[in-house]
Amino acid sequence: MRPKQRNRLVLAIVIVMFVAISAALALTALEENINLFYSPTMIANGEAPQGRLFRAGGMVSEGSVQRDPESLEVSFRLNDEANEILVKYTGILPDLFREGQGIVVQGKLGPDGSVMATEVLAKHDENYMPPEVEHALKTAKEAAAANAEKE
Amino acid sequence: MLPEIGNFILILAMTIALAQGIIPLVGAARGIPGWVAFARPAAWVQFLLLVMSFGILTHAFVVNDFSVAYVANNSNSALPLMYRISAVWGGHEGSLLLWVMLMGGWSAAVGLFSKRLPPEMVARVLAVMGLVGVGFTSFVVFTSNPFDRYFPAPMDGRDLNPLLQDFGLIVHPPMLYMGYVGFSVAFAFAIAALLGGRLDAAWARWSRPWTIVAWLFLTLGIALGSWWAYYELGWGGWWFWDPVENASFLPWLVGTALMHSLAVSEKRSTFKSWTVLLAIFAFSLCLLGTFLVRSGVLTSVHAFASDPTRGVYVLMLLGIVVGVSLFIYAWRAPQVKSAGNFALLSRETFLLGNNVLLVVATATILIGTIYPLILDALELGKISVGPPYFNAVFVPLMIPLVIALGIGPLSRWKQDSFERLAKMLRFALLASLVLGVLWPWLLFGQLDFMVVVGATISIWLVCSILVDLYYRSRHKSSLWKGMTSQPLSFYGMSLAHMGVAITVIGITFSSYYSLEKDLRMAPGDELELGGYLFRFDGVRDNHGPNYTATEGVVTVSKNGEHVATLHTQKRNYTVQQMPMTEAGIDPGLFRDLYIAMGEPLGDGGWAMRIYYKPFVRWIWLGSLFMAFGGILAASDRRYRLMAKRKAGLKADAKLAVQES
Repeated sequence: MRPKQRNRLVLAIVIVMFVAISAALALTALEENINLFYSPTMIANGEAPQGRLFRAGGMVSEGSVQRDPESLEVSFRLNDEANEILVKYTGILPDLFREGQGIVVQGKLGPDGSVMATEVLAKHDENYMPPEVEHALKTAKEAAAANAEKE
Repeated sequence: MLPEIGNFILILAMTIALAQGIIPLVGAARGIPGWVAFARPAAWVQFLLLVMSFGILTHAFVVNDFSVAYVANNSNSALPLMYRISAVWGGHEGSLLLWVMLMGGWSAAVGLFSKRLPPEMVARVLAVMGLVGVGFTSFVVFTSNPFDRYFPAPMDGRDLNPLLQDFGLIVHPPMLYMGYVGFSVAFAFAIAALLGGRLDAAWARWSRPWTIVAWLFLTLGIALGSWWAYYELGWGGWWFWDPVENASFLPWLVGTALMHSLAVSEKRSTFKSWTVLLAIFAFSLCLLGTFLVRSGVLTSVHAFASDPTRGVYVLMLLGIVVGVSLFIYAWRAPQVKSAGNFALLSRETFLLGNNVLLVVATATILIGTIYPLILDALELGKISVGPPYFNAVFVPLMIPLVIALGIGPLSRWKQDSFERLAKMLRFALLASLVLGVLWPWLLFGQLDFMVVVGATISIWLVCSILVDLYYRSRHKSSLWKGMTSQPLSFYGMSLAHMGVAITVIGITFSSYYSLEKDLRMAPGDELELGGYLFRFDGVRDNHGPNYTATEGVVTVSKNGEHVATLHTQKRNYTVQQMPMTEAGIDPGLFRDLYIAMGEPLGDGGWAMRIYYKPFVRWIWLGSLFMAFGGILAASDRRYRLMAKRKAGLKADAKLAVQES
């Protein structure tokens, strides 16, 4: 092999190795950091995973927001018009968090089946409905319609 | 009547763009001088028409013409004039009009500053830009007409989204768009060179300053967006790995790679096919970004009301641009011969490493950004990929990049020796290893592994830049004389690299040493954080032109001495009935004090968020360095001189040898 070819080969091998390592890193990181989305119905049916971060979304039920007067603890219920789940959170809620508003939370499942949220996301437009929540509402409605037909 | 004229002018601009896209291209292929010469005036007329159209829309905002639907949806008579003007690009239709106007501006500028380029080259470049312009102008005309009317006209407008009523809206979108659209110039140069079959050093030198200018606008646009998010969203974050942020960051990464690859193409006449591919990718990623932001497929601050036809249109445009340009590439690129030959240890290798790292980083971020969208489109479930993924893949790629960045500029083209580099850099290495531990430890009294890494590589980079300056200057009679005889492009590069070091320090220190506390505070309550004492003095009423506000006052002191009085507001915008938090910030070069109020908790108590953020300003300061470095590099005199020399392969090859 001429030196020119050898150089090219070494360079190519280094680059390929490097890209392969990066790809492996990326895939591992991706697997560990994907947050699946669950609707209130799915969580009520026990489909949400234990001990793993996930996302849940729905409408904040009217009259369900309860605050602790001494700290920043707050709890509220999320519904998809078919089922309802309890969410607990400590911290400051976003500006557009309101009862009747569609929101998304990220958190883990608590021992009592409620969602212990680490993050509450409400979007920056009053008319905006998170696509996940819209989808969850639609699915719940379709399921209800299918049930009604069966009966 | 005026809005209809605006619409008519826009359609006229579209037809001119079409002519600009076809006639010069045919003229260049067939060798018809008159058709070739058509490109420049067409570009100028097109730009003029777009400016007029944009001006008419702006006029509608200024005079509160709510019969124009876009004005009614994005403005209100109570909105201050400054925001009425920037509201022109506050929504989908107007921001696209801004996009096409800036695109016209870039074309006109290419026409203006290319007097010494071969006419066929200019004709092809402007034709490609004209064709891209047709794509976008027709997008505005057919799917997003900003001049549509409401009948009957509403009494008043629905107001601009309160989040956008801010200085950030005035500067962030125009800067970002200048960057996005600017990459169309690099793209057009690449396609024109492929078509004309002259993919040589002269081509690389022509497109270099344009690429640098586009890149510096994109840098500023991204930095401004980050700064805006930091003070406006009220929770002190400056980067969220939000898909829309990624959409602007991806072309930035590839654009950075392109800038460096162009250097090799110019000086060594190699990497040329790769450079062309990067130019195509950079602009395609700009289009992908537009698609992601404008189609409503993303959940984001930037997602305006979604309209599937628009998404499909941009996707088609993206498909055509990528498809056609890759076809031209496949057809023409095999004829390109790379002349260069280089050793394993050489500047070429370092620049290749730069490219590989940046492109791999782009790919990993691209995967994390579009993977959820693909799964969703295939109905395989709804997922989200969070910041931990992006941090886990991005940071390990940037560490070797910064380390190599310290060596690359000192290395020689073609071949270098390890001993020479080691001799030059041994003190830099020693200094960075010592100071990398000592500096954060003296400042903050505690260490983290990643902090030491971040500080060490930044100091390494700064030291190596100084070493580079010293070795380049010492051959002259005095060091000062040597320093002043360095070309502007060298100082541009050094400043931009210095900016990287500054940004890395800012990110590292603010990420690891920020202190944050969310708590309930009643008037008179105090909190000690980061050596500062925050006292909540209670709330008072306040109001602005189109909102009412509750303002919280917090006094900050250190060791009994007054530092700052911070005001945070909970605003309620009366038209949209939308609440918004305005943070109170005391900025400083070495630390920011940041407060934001949450909701009232009864008995005069409020939820409060208090931050101590060291070195956070350095993140944006670094990007200012990068942008300023870009200005210096683009104004280097050889870009102006080069055209005077006889353009052509032989002269350039000679020149490359002389300069290296």
